[in-house]
Amino acid sequence: MPGKIRAFWQFLFGDSARAFGTLSVVLVVCLAIAPAKDTFREWTRYQWKYQSLIRGRGEAATLQRRMQHGLQQIWMPELGVTDRCTTCHLGLKEASLSDVPTQPFRPHPPIPHSLTEFGCVMCHRGQGTATTVEEAHRSTLAWEQPSLPARYLEASCGQCHWDSLTATPQLNLGRKMLARYDCVSCHVLKTQDGRRMASTTDAPDLRHIAEKTSREWMFAWLKNPQAYAVTATMPNFNLSDADARDISAFLVSQSTPYLSGGAAPAKVDAGDAAVGASVYGESFCTSCHATVNAAGMLVGNDVGPELTKVGSKVKHEWLVEWLRNPKTYDPDTAMPHYRFDQKMLGPLLGFLEAKTDSDLLGNVHLDPATPAQIAHGKALVTERGCASCHEIEGVKKPDNFAPELTVVGSESLAKIVFAPGVAHTLPDYLAAKIKQPHTFPGSKMPQYAFTPSQTDALVTALLAQTERARTLPPNLRVAGKAPGNYRPAGKAAQLIADMNCFACHAINGRGGDMAPDLTWEGSSVQRRWLVAFMKNPNTLRPALIRRMPRFNVTDAEAETIADYILAVYQTPDFDRDAIDATKFTAADVEQGKQLFYSKYACQSCHILDPQSDKGYIGPTLTQVGSRLSAAWIFHWLKDPASLRPGTLEPNRNMSDADARALTAFLMKQNKEVAKK
Amino acid sequence: MKLRTCAAIAVLMLAGCSRPSKSPALPAAKAFGAAITEVSGGKQIGGIGTALDQPVVVQVNDAQGSPVAGVLVTFQLAGGASATPDAGLTGADGQFTTAVTLGGSSGRYQVVAATHDKSGKAVELRLDEIALGLEQTQGRVLNDRYCSRCHDPESTPERVSNHDNLNAKPHAFIEGAVLNAMSDADLASIIGHGGPALNKSAEMPPYGYTLSKTEVDSLIAYIRAVADPPYRLKGLTYARN
Repeated sequence: MPGKIRAFWQFLFGDSARAFGTLSVVLVVCLAIAPAKDTFREWTRYQWKYQSLIRGRGEAATLQRRMQHGLQQIWMPELGVTDRCTTCHLGLKEASLSDVPTQPFRPHPPIPHSLTEFGCVMCHRGQGTATTVEEAHRSTLAWEQPSLPARYLEASCGQCHWDSLTATPQLNLGRKMLARYDCVSCHVLKTQDGRRMASTTDAPDLRHIAEKTSREWMFAWLKNPQAYAVTATMPNFNLSDADARDISAFLVSQSTPYLSGGAAPAKVDAGDAAVGASVYGESFCTSCHATVNAAGMLVGNDVGPELTKVGSKVKHEWLVEWLRNPKTYDPDTAMPHYRFDQKMLGPLLGFLEAKTDSDLLGNVHLDPATPAQIAHGKALVTERGCASCHEIEGVKKPDNFAPELTVVGSESLAKIVFAPGVAHTLPDYLAAKIKQPHTFPGSKMPQYAFTPSQTDALVTALLAQTERARTLPPNLRVAGKAPGNYRPAGKAAQLIADMNCFACHAINGRGGDMAPDLTWEGSSVQRRWLVAFMKNPNTLRPALIRRMPRFNVTDAEAETIADYILAVYQTPDFDRDAIDATKFTAADVEQGKQLFYSKYACQSCHILDPQSDKGYIGPTLTQVGSRLSAAWIFHWLKDPASLRPGTLEPNRNMSDADARALTAFLMKQNKEVAKK
Repeated sequence: MKLRTCAAIAVLMLAGCSRPSKSPALPAAKAFGAAITEVSGGKQIGGIGTALDQPVVVQVNDAQGSPVAGVLVTFQLAGGASATPDAGLTGADGQFTTAVTLGGSSGRYQVVAATHDKSGKAVELRLDEIALGLEQTQGRVLNDRYCSRCHDPESTPERVSNHDNLNAKPHAFIEGAVLNAMSDADLASIIGHGGPALNKSAEMPPYGYTLSKTEVDSLIAYIRAVADPPYRLKGLTYARN
């Protein structure tokens, strides 16, 4: 054995010439290592693979010509982003490669941005400068943010966009939920313009709570709000029986009577629940409130609280006063003042009070509260942050109760305490925190009852809150609609507040979107119709289930509000009286009729003649000539969205002559239909 | 003696090298079926990468068509989609339920549910699930707003369909048999200029002055995504690899 080694040694280094030759070979090999390593890098392998992929294809020459060899880079100095993703993702702009099953060579789906202007990591995250698969997509010791899972991609749009894009329903829902479920009452979350996002839920004022409901109900509610109403927005705080008992004791103790002067409430007896059901229906309570019907289906809207078990909750005297005028109890409530008369009030009371659930309070037996329990209750209310959402006597609204969420979407993983079993990524942490907050040590966060898609939406909205979003160059920021602060004036303003028109209608950028925007309503309608409509709103849009309720206003009130609308809410773009409907000729009307039924086929969405027309997407036009002004109809036909942004009516690009003839025909529809 | 020690150390080292197998062993089948049928969960529409709202439920039947319990069913998906759990035994009702998460690209994902019959022959069921990307999602939102009132014949209490009130009945967007035959240009034309542009009913109004070109394109992308039978020219079917 040693003999052989000696012979080999002799062979390599036997004399100086051999030694020189051997060392030269070793040196050449050593020098070759660096270029070889460079040649066999991971990304060069992908470039070779791409070349062999395109070689066999019909458009190989074009693809070959467009292929960029070597390391590629997109550099956006103003964003501080350098992307080398296009080094391997070579087919991003090649639509003809859409049959390639997987990345890295698939084309990018169409998006409203140029890839070279925005790069990749702005939306997909990951490490743009990396040139290996592992470092670019996954988190490493040096890079915490892996590429964003596809299910949360809309978060990236939200970094620049606050304008509620059509293409990002998940992000929009998430942002709505942050405000609706009061996340932003405990957490500070600042939007693009540095303003704190405001809650859209009017959590009840608890300073007079004992007038409204019993301690037993409070106990049951605190234990599990969703047992009372599946749609309840209040989360479950996982309170023990003793804690719920003490909190309810404290809430009762801090409650004061709300009717000043101690006037005895008027007595109203509950009437026939069956009659009440029709009052409930005719008053369109379902436009805001939901109930579970006999078939177990939830029917109605989620603006106000669900009323399925309301009879087990509210006290009789409170309900009487609330239905009479809700503003007495809560001046800021969204509930309109309905002006119910005695004949409606009794049955409605009967109907609502019959909506009970014997199981809800059946097992709740509370002994009278002791001072110790009340003190403990107060401590719990302070500790759990109840005053972040509710007004409570003697407990101040806490500042910075929960961690700020303004840049939570780029939170450093090193700062996060992960619960056991949660994957160490930011989206997984956020989802787990929302789904099971109690598994995180020391977490004060309550348990919400969200569906998986709601959780996804919330995580998406939170992931949009990045440090990059906060420091974007101003030209990249797309602002959302600023909340309107328009306030009407005078006597009409009191009526508008009383009936809470803004809950459903928007005027000058303020208000809801459940009902038509009334900003230019004064240019639209005729006074006689408006007064009659305020008195008794008839059905304009048969397919809608959310309808304008009857507020039982007096003649004088109806006239006050109609006069205000007609005088103030006029568009500056045209004069409402500019077109005189009496000047139209019979020929105009006839031509308009032809256009209505044949060229524009308006009857597919509108009912003009109830005998023959069936479409019920748009408003009924049987009496449109006595409802709208001729100038409004003309300008509406020309460009509906300019008068009411977001209307469903499509712009038909109508000529002036067509619009005029149609206006003539529609203004002719002015016969009062005999009341049935 | 030395040799033995060396061998023992080598064996121990090798044992240390072996990794525990990634997926737990499949349960042993207690019975065999002859066919798999879909109970529910096919043709769902979801965003890319999201979990589908409804579970996928399949049923294994014997040759006579009655459900069989204890049959091993495995699920295979491609393109980054996954099923949890991806294998298991059918319950007493012969059914097996799994939750499907879509992959990260838009398109169709095929869920292949497979089992073996008594002779060991593979029995399969293929279901399609639809993943919408940004463009198709925008189309879906626009469809819900502008189109579905007439094009979707289904009425719900929340939304009454106008379909039956029209003389020319609009095609539902899933009617691939009709809509796949129309080119993108035809669809853009009828959406933009209304029915008369293709000598069809004027009851279809033009939306070209209401929607932008991008919005019309996104509607077409949505129509292509949901077509049944699938639209083959564009978009991809993630078949079993």
